[in-house]
Amino acid sequence: MIEQLITSFIATAAFVIIFNAQKSSLIKCGIVGMSGWFIYVMMTTFGYDVVPASLIASFVVGIICHIFARVYKTPIIIFNVAGIIPLVPGGLAYDAMRNFVENDYSFALSLAAKAGLISGAIALGLVFSEVINQLVRKAKQPPKIYSKSRL
Amino acid sequence: MTIQQKNTYDIMEVCVLAGKIMLQSGAETYRVEDTMMRIASAYGAKESHSYVTPTGIIFSIESDQPTKTKLFRITERTTDLQKVTYVNSISRRITKGELTLDDAYYALKKIEESKAGYPTVIQVLAAAAASGCFLIMFKGTWFDFPAALVAGGTGLLSFIYAQRLVPIKFFSEFVASLIIAMIAVLAVEFGWGVQVDKIIIGSVMPLVPGLVLTNAIRDLMAGHLVSGLSKGAEALLTAFAIGSGVAIVLTFM
Repeated sequence: MIEQLITSFIATAAFVIIFNAQKSSLIKCGIVGMSGWFIYVMMTTFGYDVVPASLIASFVVGIICHIFARVYKTPIIIFNVAGIIPLVPGGLAYDAMRNFVENDYSFALSLAAKAGLISGAIALGLVFSEVINQLVRKAKQPPKIYSKSRL
Repeated sequence: MTIQQKNTYDIMEVCVLAGKIMLQSGAETYRVEDTMMRIASAYGAKESHSYVTPTGIIFSIESDQPTKTKLFRITERTTDLQKVTYVNSISRRITKGELTLDDAYYALKKIEESKAGYPTVIQVLAAAAASGCFLIMFKGTWFDFPAALVAGGTGLLSFIYAQRLVPIKFFSEFVASLIIAMIAVLAVEFGWGVQVDKIIIGSVMPLVPGLVLTNAIRDLMAGHLVSGLSKGAEALLTAFAIGSGVAIVLTFM
């Protein structure tokens, strides 16, 4: 478990450098990625399917991202990318592709469907966290004249 | 040209410059639109409209004179989240009233010309570290770790060089994943690795279109259907390029 936590921290922090974000967000992004991956690994080891695990993990990542973006006054996209990257179903997509190449179409299609479901779950988790964020914001401040919603 | 007229053009210049930098550096479409309109209203424009797609900006300001509109075409797009953050903080300062029009313009120009970003060596090292760590995260063995390090680092390096040689993103991704898969297969052949699949999956991760994908989701959520769908298509094409590069190696080796 500790091995998983450390590697996920380093892996997501490295993405900060690949995407040219500033050094100060290195550790924050690592924390975001680590917490998302922690929830994903915990849920899968306790016997949940990968799809709900991805949903919950991306939801939590979204919440943490909103808090970080608010506190550090940084565009949320930096944290979002770091949190989402480990959850992207790269392994499944690879297996699907491999089976397509080896002419095992029926197995490949079921793997591809699973990868699609996981991607949808990640998107849904982000949407849920966005909804929570907007509800909190609405509860906090009275309606203003200038009400262009800012995500 | 009257003073007020000139002022409107200056506001527009600052807004479009800010939008241009953000869009070229990989910000979400809705953030670009929002930032431009915030800057315009901070400088006293009565009403402004912006329409941004991943390939262009249309921005217009309404004043007492006839509406003025500017169109800006974006051809080059890179990933430089540092610039997005800087422009974001400048727009925050503008809305607080801390920057005059001229100051804001020069500050933005400085950001545009700055060569922010990490040197290639650091990026390649980061990609190598990420690849190795992803290998462990995907339940690979530590024995495969060095192979993933080498494959991931070489993958990003070949992506950067292919991009310099032929500026077609999908081709560069194809070449990079081809090289990664070749290194992984050779490593296993020579006994420096055990699981080809895990090494390839881990090393391909730095190429995965994570930023584009996240941007696509966030743009779709914000109601920017055109931008969201086109970014989704870009992500899909990238995934296809990576997949076909690996597939070719798996078929022939």
